[in-house]
Amino acid sequence: MSKHICRCEEVNEDEIRQAIAEGATTVTGVKRRTGAGMGLCQGRTCRRLIVGLIAAETGQNPAEIETSSVRPPVRPVTVEALLSPGGGSAGCKCREENK
Amino acid sequence: MTQADTDIIVIGAGPAGLSAAAEAARLGAAVLVLDENDRPGGQLFKQIHKFFGSKDHRAGVRGYAIGDSLLAETARLGARIELGAVVYAIYPDRRVAVITADQRRLLLNPKKIILATGASENALAFPGCTLPGVMSAGAVQTMVNLHRVLPAEKTIMIGSGNVGLIVSYQIRQAGGQVAALVEAAPAIGGYGVHAAKISRLGVPILTGHTVKCVHGVDRVEGVTLVALDDRFRPVPGSERDVAVGCVAIAVGLTPLAELALMCGCKFTYIPKLGGHLPVHDDNMETTAAGIYVAGDITGVEEASSAMEEGRLAGIAAAEALGRVAPQEAAALKQAVWARLNALRTGRFGQARRDAKEQITAEGRGAHVS
Repeated sequence: MSKHICRCEEVNEDEIRQAIAEGATTVTGVKRRTGAGMGLCQGRTCRRLIVGLIAAETGQNPAEIETSSVRPPVRPVTVEALLSPGGGSAGCKCREENK
Repeated sequence: MTQADTDIIVIGAGPAGLSAAAEAARLGAAVLVLDENDRPGGQLFKQIHKFFGSKDHRAGVRGYAIGDSLLAETARLGARIELGAVVYAIYPDRRVAVITADQRRLLLNPKKIILATGASENALAFPGCTLPGVMSAGAVQTMVNLHRVLPAEKTIMIGSGNVGLIVSYQIRQAGGQVAALVEAAPAIGGYGVHAAKISRLGVPILTGHTVKCVHGVDRVEGVTLVALDDRFRPVPGSERDVAVGCVAIAVGLTPLAELALMCGCKFTYIPKLGGHLPVHDDNMETTAAGIYVAGDITGVEEASSAMEEGRLAGIAAAEALGRVAPQEAAALKQAVWARLNALRTGRFGQARRDAKEQITAEGRGAHVS
């Protein structure tokens, strides 16, 4: 039975080890080669496991292993929400109620 | 698309965020708390056990009762809480991008931001770890204590920190069985008082063991345990199978610090506090001026210290906005620090206090704007 590291993108341990063998020394390097960390949870489940695998395979100190960069959105956002007229002070209930 | 009249946005309505909001609102700041969940209180509302420590820290009071009083305090002082509100970005100009529960898109422009985003539970990977029935101990606790559902008749718990010990006890209180509590290290990680409680109930605690694999076709049906030697290598021939329907994982927490990374805060790495953490000073202000942190994002501890850190951040942010005179603020903060230091004593607390001191020493005078 394979051992999934990134459950969102179904990337297993062998694929991550292969990526490290091919030269990935950072979480971003593993992400580029395998897609691990690019799913719904944005790496919250697998990032630490990947750091552990890189440390074990390369002998690096986990403190020194570069983690993947963080970009918006840090939470899944529906396209519907992004396309909505939204925003604007007129639509902001919070503002009205704070007055 | 701005919101000029909110002084402070607090992200996260757990113990740290609510405490920060209450303190800042008490001092006259206009505060908006955002939380992605549909109810406030963070993890407090599934803490059915009594807290311990000193009277100052509500010893003897159950977690959800502390949550209720915190919510009442926040409401009475006039801080607003917006639930189901997902903060998905903080941009370089410090605008906070939010999608509300009813799918409105907001771009808010507060004067100060307090990040109280908490932590996420660590995962473990083993063959079968994606089968339904493998879940975090926090998920088990939510199911049992909030939704009153047992995930399975029989559970195996991995990890002997306080979360693993307490959740095992609560599974038993709810009428479920715990086949064993498994710990890779040679000793129990959490408080002896919790370990004694589950031992008295007959739950075996297997130190120096781990889960080799989980079996089952479309759900968990059992696990294979294996003993570990003193270098954490599996001992051949020590495997044994245990029939369980749930595997609960309690192997620590990692601070949820994505938003702090986006703000350009300087980070430090402290394994015993959960890994990478934003550096902050004695005011809980990060190296990014005007961005404060409190609670598990600053290093994983527990609710009592999270609440005190929240109070510090709230006072400091209100002071920075000129809502309270420096002398009065200094006295308020000193009182909070005294309580925080009292929490961080003893065999477990002193190590946290030393680690925290390392963070604040790095943070003092390190602001960049």
